[in-house]
Amino acid sequence: MTRMPLRPLARILKARETGENPDVIEAEIRAKRHEEMHDKSRQRAEGRLLVLGLAFFCAFITIGARMGTLASSVPEEPRATTVGNPIIGQRADIVDRNGRILATNLATHSLYAHPRDMIDPANAAKGLAAIFPELDEQELLADFTGERKFLWIRRQISPEQMQAVHDIGSPGLLFGPREMRLYPNGSVAAHILGGASYGREGVASAEVIGVAGVERQFDGFLRDPANEGAPLELSLDLTVQAAAEQVLAGGMSIMSAKGAASVLMDVHTGEIISMVSLPDFDPNNRPRMLTSGDQSDSPLFNRAVQGVYELGSTFKIFAVAQAMELGLINANTMIDTQGPLTWGRFRIRDFHDYGPELTSTDVIVESSNVGTARIAMQIGADRQREFLGSLGFLEPTPVEMVEAPTGKPLLPPHWSEISAMTISYGHGLSSSPLHLAAAYAAVANGGTRVEPTLRKVETPVVGPRVMSDAVSQSAVHMLRQVVTRGTASLGEVAGYEVAGKTGTADKPRETGGGYYDDKVIATFASVFPASDPQYVLIVTLDEPSVYTLGETRRTAGWTAVPVAAEMIRRVGPLLGLRPHVDSSQPVSVTLTSN
Amino acid sequence: MRGVLFVVAALVVMGLAFWAYQENYKTQAAIAEVRDLHQQIGAAHERLGMLRAEWAYLNRPDRLADLAELNFDRLGLLPIMPDAFGRVDQIIYPLPPIAPITNPIELSSDAFQNVENPL
Repeated sequence: MTRMPLRPLARILKARETGENPDVIEAEIRAKRHEEMHDKSRQRAEGRLLVLGLAFFCAFITIGARMGTLASSVPEEPRATTVGNPIIGQRADIVDRNGRILATNLATHSLYAHPRDMIDPANAAKGLAAIFPELDEQELLADFTGERKFLWIRRQISPEQMQAVHDIGSPGLLFGPREMRLYPNGSVAAHILGGASYGREGVASAEVIGVAGVERQFDGFLRDPANEGAPLELSLDLTVQAAAEQVLAGGMSIMSAKGAASVLMDVHTGEIISMVSLPDFDPNNRPRMLTSGDQSDSPLFNRAVQGVYELGSTFKIFAVAQAMELGLINANTMIDTQGPLTWGRFRIRDFHDYGPELTSTDVIVESSNVGTARIAMQIGADRQREFLGSLGFLEPTPVEMVEAPTGKPLLPPHWSEISAMTISYGHGLSSSPLHLAAAYAAVANGGTRVEPTLRKVETPVVGPRVMSDAVSQSAVHMLRQVVTRGTASLGEVAGYEVAGKTGTADKPRETGGGYYDDKVIATFASVFPASDPQYVLIVTLDEPSVYTLGETRRTAGWTAVPVAAEMIRRVGPLLGLRPHVDSSQPVSVTLTSN
Repeated sequence: MRGVLFVVAALVVMGLAFWAYQENYKTQAAIAEVRDLHQQIGAAHERLGMLRAEWAYLNRPDRLADLAELNFDRLGLLPIMPDAFGRVDQIIYPLPPIAPITNPIELSSDAFQNVENPL
């Protein structure tokens, strides 16, 4: 590019000749040059702007297009960066203490219909009615030919039924995957497990939710994906539970009882090894709640946890143990048992007349109401209330079931002296068999409080002390004598050293006002083996009666005790308890010489 | 000098592009494989769950009790009772094995017994 000088010599000389100002020429050329430079830089700036604009345009288009695709496409989980185990997403199993399955899942299918897609609705309705007897062909046909676009037919079907529906060949009949909760053992431990049902349902999946028992209580745990399918371990032992149910069912029918309950508990940890309530149900096909009448007549009612009864003389040991703990009596103190004992307008009398006085051990062995009431008078209402509270009788059991809070003990409105006297022999305070089991466990295990639990206990926690070890031992010794020479003589099981206390309580009338003469709750609370208590077993029969030795008998000694003895005989070996054999001659070393 | 730099840079860019392309496809393949494996594991879990459920169902106490009763003649199974516990000293001590006979004595009756082994 040739550069034009600012003062071209030819024009300057010419201008000088003509007398013009040569600076004008310079200014003119300078202005021209500036104009060119201006044009050029403008052009360049325009070009840059264009490029920049294009770049921004492309960027916006790209981002916009990406946003559009994200908005219009189906969301997808990031596959490469999933944390944890994406496979185990189903509800966790429930297993017993040895890992045997109590509840698990089964992959099944649900059946639904798109009536609009059906070619031959009449044939489809006919085929379905043939496969599922409970479906009505006419109703199905009305649904298939009506306005509906979508229709659930069955929530879960078996593989055979699925194949049969396939064979109908209708394009409007569709299957969705569905998880089903299965209780393989049927009615075994039905009340504890509860049951499950479907929550939110969709075509692709459905939520399985617990409706009762531990299924409901641990719903969050069972559904928590963070557990990665770890099962819920219960304290139950399946074999023991099944044996206990069998024995209790047999006992219930022999004793013509309306219902029965049993609780077997580890005295140290409070683990419930078996808990039975009869009549029971199949959790795979959970019956509906009663809409009228007494809920306690429903098989869903858990007598061991929800049923609160006056448990009768089984309470006597608490009064005697507390009096021993307070130092008021010892095992050989003579107690006045002269009856009847009159307090205001109340008269307390015994089943038999036991004479003027008995030792406190014999008060328990012979089950004297008068003697226990006198001990309770020495203790006083406030201290008795506090002691029973420390054994857990004042609030519902803390067992891990949703039904537990409904088993609230019925306490006297005013805990007066007469209340203390009647409560000492088990009237005036209603509690569940589970309460009694926990309290007996505390008496038997050396005097520390036990909280009943349904979860397997890995590390036992020693509860607060409620009585001294010595008191606990002499209480168990008294209970042992009830079996060896008292009211529970039918409860002796060779080798297992059963210790226990019977209780026969008249049932209060539902309408209020007194008690039935011929309806009782018979209870046997037992501890075995007495020399080193390991387990506590409570057996309660509702309205038992048995015709033995020429008369109809209802007392616990004739009804609940034999059932409990048979249960211990069956369950003891299953628990791994070796029967204790009394060797007739002591082990000794004989010195010999020759 | 600058030209060489440009050529090298262009080659590096091309090389990186090729590497990224390959890595992308490898990743896609790995993801697909993981998805396949997940599906397989899921199916295996489902099958395992089904088998466990069936095992538990076939071993339910009611059924076992019925089977024990049905086959009582053959098996003679009874519920375990306290007398099932034994003591160690009730079991005989295992007998020592009989040492092989190295120097047999010939007996006159051997000639007859050699015909057939009575054992």
